[in-house]
Amino acid sequence: MRYVKPESFEAAATLLRDEDGISRILAGGTDVLVQLKAEMVEPDLMVDLKHLPGMREIVAEDGGFRIGAAVSGAELGEHAALKALWPGVVEGVELIGSSQVQSRATMAGNLCTGSPAGDSVPAMVTAGAVARVQGPDGVRDVPVIDIPTGPGKNSLSKGEFITSIYLPARPARAADAYLRFIPRTEMDIAVSSAAVSLELDADGVVTSAQVALGAVAPTVLLVKDAGEALVGSKLDETAIAALVSAVEAACNPITDKRGTIEFRTKTAGVLAKRAAHIAYTRAGGQA
Amino acid sequence: MAFDAQAERNFKVVGTRVLRPDGIDKVTGKAAYGADISAPGMLHGRILRSPHAHARIVSIDVSEAEKLPGVKAVVTGADLAQPEDDAFSDVAINCLARDKALYDGHAVAAVAATSKSIAKQAIRLIKVDYEVLPHVTDVDEAMKPDAPVVQEGRALETVPAGMSQNVTTHCQFGHGDLEAGFAKADKIIERSFKTAATHQGYIEPQACMASLGNDGRGEVWCCTQGQYMVRANCAAALGVEESQLRITASEIGGGFGGKTSTFIEPVALALSRKAGKPVKIVMTRDEVLKATGPTISSSMDIKIGMTKDGRITAGQGVLRYSGGAYPNATVEMGAQAAFAAYNLEAVETIGWNAMTNRPKEIPYRAPGAPTAIYAVESVVDELCQELGLDPLDVRLMNAADKGTLSSYGPTFNEIGLVATLEAAKAHPHYTAPLGPNQGRGLSCGFWFNFGGNTCVSLNINDDGTVGVVEGNPDIGGSRASISMMAAEEMGVPYEKVRTVIADTSSLGFNDITDGSRVTFAVGLATIQAARAAIKEMCRRVAKIWDIDEDAVIWEDGCAKPAGPNAGTHPPMTLAEIAAIAGKTGGPIAGHHEVNADGAGVSFGVHLCDTEVDPETGAVKILRYTVFQDAGKAVHPDYVEGQMQGGAVQGIGWALNEEYIYGEDGRLQNAGFLDYRVPVASDLPEIETVILEIPNPGHPYGVRGVGETPIVPPLAAIANAVSRAAGVRMTELPMSPPRLLKAITG
Amino acid sequence: MKTIPVETTINGDSTEFLCNADESLLDVLRDRLGLTGAKEGCGTGDCGACSVMMNGRLVCSCLVLGVETQGAEIETIEGMAKGEELHPLQRVFLEEAALQCGVCTPGILIAAKALLEKNPDPTDTEVRYWLAGNLCRCTGYDKIIKAVQTAAAEMRSA
Repeated sequence: MRYVKPESFEAAATLLRDEDGISRILAGGTDVLVQLKAEMVEPDLMVDLKHLPGMREIVAEDGGFRIGAAVSGAELGEHAALKALWPGVVEGVELIGSSQVQSRATMAGNLCTGSPAGDSVPAMVTAGAVARVQGPDGVRDVPVIDIPTGPGKNSLSKGEFITSIYLPARPARAADAYLRFIPRTEMDIAVSSAAVSLELDADGVVTSAQVALGAVAPTVLLVKDAGEALVGSKLDETAIAALVSAVEAACNPITDKRGTIEFRTKTAGVLAKRAAHIAYTRAGGQA
Repeated sequence: MAFDAQAERNFKVVGTRVLRPDGIDKVTGKAAYGADISAPGMLHGRILRSPHAHARIVSIDVSEAEKLPGVKAVVTGADLAQPEDDAFSDVAINCLARDKALYDGHAVAAVAATSKSIAKQAIRLIKVDYEVLPHVTDVDEAMKPDAPVVQEGRALETVPAGMSQNVTTHCQFGHGDLEAGFAKADKIIERSFKTAATHQGYIEPQACMASLGNDGRGEVWCCTQGQYMVRANCAAALGVEESQLRITASEIGGGFGGKTSTFIEPVALALSRKAGKPVKIVMTRDEVLKATGPTISSSMDIKIGMTKDGRITAGQGVLRYSGGAYPNATVEMGAQAAFAAYNLEAVETIGWNAMTNRPKEIPYRAPGAPTAIYAVESVVDELCQELGLDPLDVRLMNAADKGTLSSYGPTFNEIGLVATLEAAKAHPHYTAPLGPNQGRGLSCGFWFNFGGNTCVSLNINDDGTVGVVEGNPDIGGSRASISMMAAEEMGVPYEKVRTVIADTSSLGFNDITDGSRVTFAVGLATIQAARAAIKEMCRRVAKIWDIDEDAVIWEDGCAKPAGPNAGTHPPMTLAEIAAIAGKTGGPIAGHHEVNADGAGVSFGVHLCDTEVDPETGAVKILRYTVFQDAGKAVHPDYVEGQMQGGAVQGIGWALNEEYIYGEDGRLQNAGFLDYRVPVASDLPEIETVILEIPNPGHPYGVRGVGETPIVPPLAAIANAVSRAAGVRMTELPMSPPRLLKAITG
Repeated sequence: MKTIPVETTINGDSTEFLCNADESLLDVLRDRLGLTGAKEGCGTGDCGACSVMMNGRLVCSCLVLGVETQGAEIETIEGMAKGEELHPLQRVFLEEAALQCGVCTPGILIAAKALLEKNPDPTDTEVRYWLAGNLCRCTGYDKIIKAVQTAAAEMRSA
């Protein structure tokens, strides 16, 4: 394996494009080093990008924030303004792994690794986050939801990588929340998860809602009708029941060592309901 | 050796909370564990493992691996001896398979190379031709007559009709007239239970460094619960003599029974012999979970009858255990322990073991008992619920006590069950209010405890200090407790004593650190060795004073005249006697060699409050209290530590730990990510209440404490969860998907 | 595979070593530098026994490449005591019997120190969640949590 720290994003893209063997990008390393240990992959080339400009910065931009691809979960959690704007996104990232893993793990890595259970992804999806992608032919912006394509897979072409993720501005009376189910209280992969992002009017009525689910399908799902079920409500019982049934209908999980189809489906509904109430309260709504 | 009949002994050192002697090394990173030692010229060993649950090994081609530069030796099962004794043979075959791979992860070949990465590459160059065979991993399936047979020729002499050739063990315990007993019952409940295999989960993977010459002389450094056991297994597997192998036990990073066998030491020795260089092997976590000792998995039927006022009239149990791919007798301990907490007129427990394509069972803290007692204590709890009775009162009414004919044969001596139950009843935890979706569970627990073969040497140093040499790896602070007992007996401060663990060439044979035996048996031998040294010191002083030996007594670390008739000699301190030992007959030492009995059984009671999330099946442990009869608690901190640690391992077993096998017979969760041991945030404070009912078999009244605490949690939590969720749980672990399914029907 | 020269600072001492590109910091510490205080319990970031500080952040050294530590500041258990004077956490762990086998202890001490530097007055729940990535199989964590709190109180009043 060769370990390279390229001098620029362009050089990195060219290097990755021209590599004939297996290449990996090193951000937090919390996934790729585990794969190395398990002999699941033996890269010929490891490209470390953490030192490149902007990779470790959180910058305010148009009322939102641009987050460098190498910003760790711990750094994200220490950013008060970002946490206030997108509390659900930050709490999702902060749930990845232990305190030790938080020092290293990144949103971009969590996204590119392509796990349907990635804790940062559902809330990024409900936030409408956009990834900035550098490739050999230049830079493009891609909605986060379009990045993962299946377990362990993503839509990036050879030579492409994420340099930052943009979380947009949002109005007052808006908030998000993320919940996952794990068997223990920490250190597990989500068995199911849900993110809910809401905007309210002055009366506390939901004007816009996004719901995304993790670990219940090959990729994170944005469930449009689950969000629509909440619009126009103050999360009354009928709206919540409609949310839960839309969520359960959208689930397409598998049974494996971590959970069954029935369990994942049922808990996804429960988590979406609970996350909706948290987001509603955070947005200033009063049930 | 009997309890010292002193009405109220005033211990000076025993019962205090002194600092452990290995502490500074362990908080500064200096302590040397299995993987922490290297040798000049050392090679790195690595093991190739079967990817199949069950396969005939048609051929192994190591030629490509041998050609790789840096590879110095490759070995297979053919490089190990074939011991005649079944127990040694099973260990050897488990270290390197011969004809068949018996489970996913079974070792089939190994290499030694100049670097870890070369060893890793070399492993991939070994070509094994497998003929895949049908497999069986479930105990109930394995007992069926048409099940794939894991090992031919290992079945019981006469397997009952309708059972498989996998059945290797049958046992039966009990007494009384069951039929009459059940006829007296107002309520009979009969239930079936299943429990998953769990792993000891020690944080330190097995590791060793070994060197063996072609003259048969060898050295091994390894993390083990018994260096003499390693020596015997290695000598048998290598075909060398025990006297020629010196085994040194490193600091040990947890064992819980899991390091009472050998997996890598014979392999490292075989590689070393072939390569002519020392070889180090360190297992990965994946290898530890796939190929070292899990517990048995079980399937059990329990039937208990009770009168409406809570008297148990009869108890009956059938236990079906699987100890993996080899014959296994752990079920005998389960069958003996199942009803041990009760004074019963009629009781019967039958046990069976069946082989499955799983790794060889290795003891885990009270092996066999937690599952059997879980099943019994669950049915007792359900009877209490059905009959509207207080579960503690029912246990007190039926509790075994001194003079009880136990369910497994012996009549109990002084035991602490009633006192322990009374302590639980009096504790505020038992009557604390519960909220919605919350439930309280309790369970009794029992372990036999063990004594066993023990050697201790105690040396009086010329500066008046004391050296104790013992042969049992210190797994939970035993060097401290042994030094404390030596100090107590010698009448010197704890700081004047240093206890070390001998290698196999420096002290006679000792059984492994198991059965909660070390503080009891090594303590007992240490006290006897101290008494021998004291006797010798008194003899020397008697000579100096020119009086009878009997006229010299030992008190507060000094030899003193026994009374006015012995003369008016000023006391001689241990230091004074030691300083002139060369002039009075030479070095002074005490020894004791014993196969200790009288270990004294131990009982515990656990109380647990849980809250169940009815929408997700998540269980939260709200409060947990452990009550246990420890006999005399030598070092209360470490007694509490055993009680807390055992309880938490039991909590893991009850809630989330399990071996998960796929349809292909392969282990699906060979890592700490999905083999879910409890983490700090899963737990509340674990409160402890130590009861000290002296063990009549030990001079200070010491009992073993390490194993009993893992026994009660399974049922205590199952009872709490069943009451909180309103549905009786009969399968472990009670993982959220399983519990939610039970709740929602 | 060609080895790569790396210059780093470990426990305040500038240190140079050669390592392979795919070698973890844990392997470098243990195999190349003789610093065996960090333990490998899993090699996959699930047990925390290999915890060290890197540039002021708590990490699993098994999840860091040795080559990544070029120019970094590393702190390990070997640097926690100042000469013969133990860090308060080390001393209290010993006094309150917060260790049994001791193999998880170096990682837990490093992690607890990192917590108290960030949050000198944590609740029990905060200590438990912060240490959730450090498995201990012997103690049931009870005495560990209490020892961290005792040391924290002592450090606050110092």
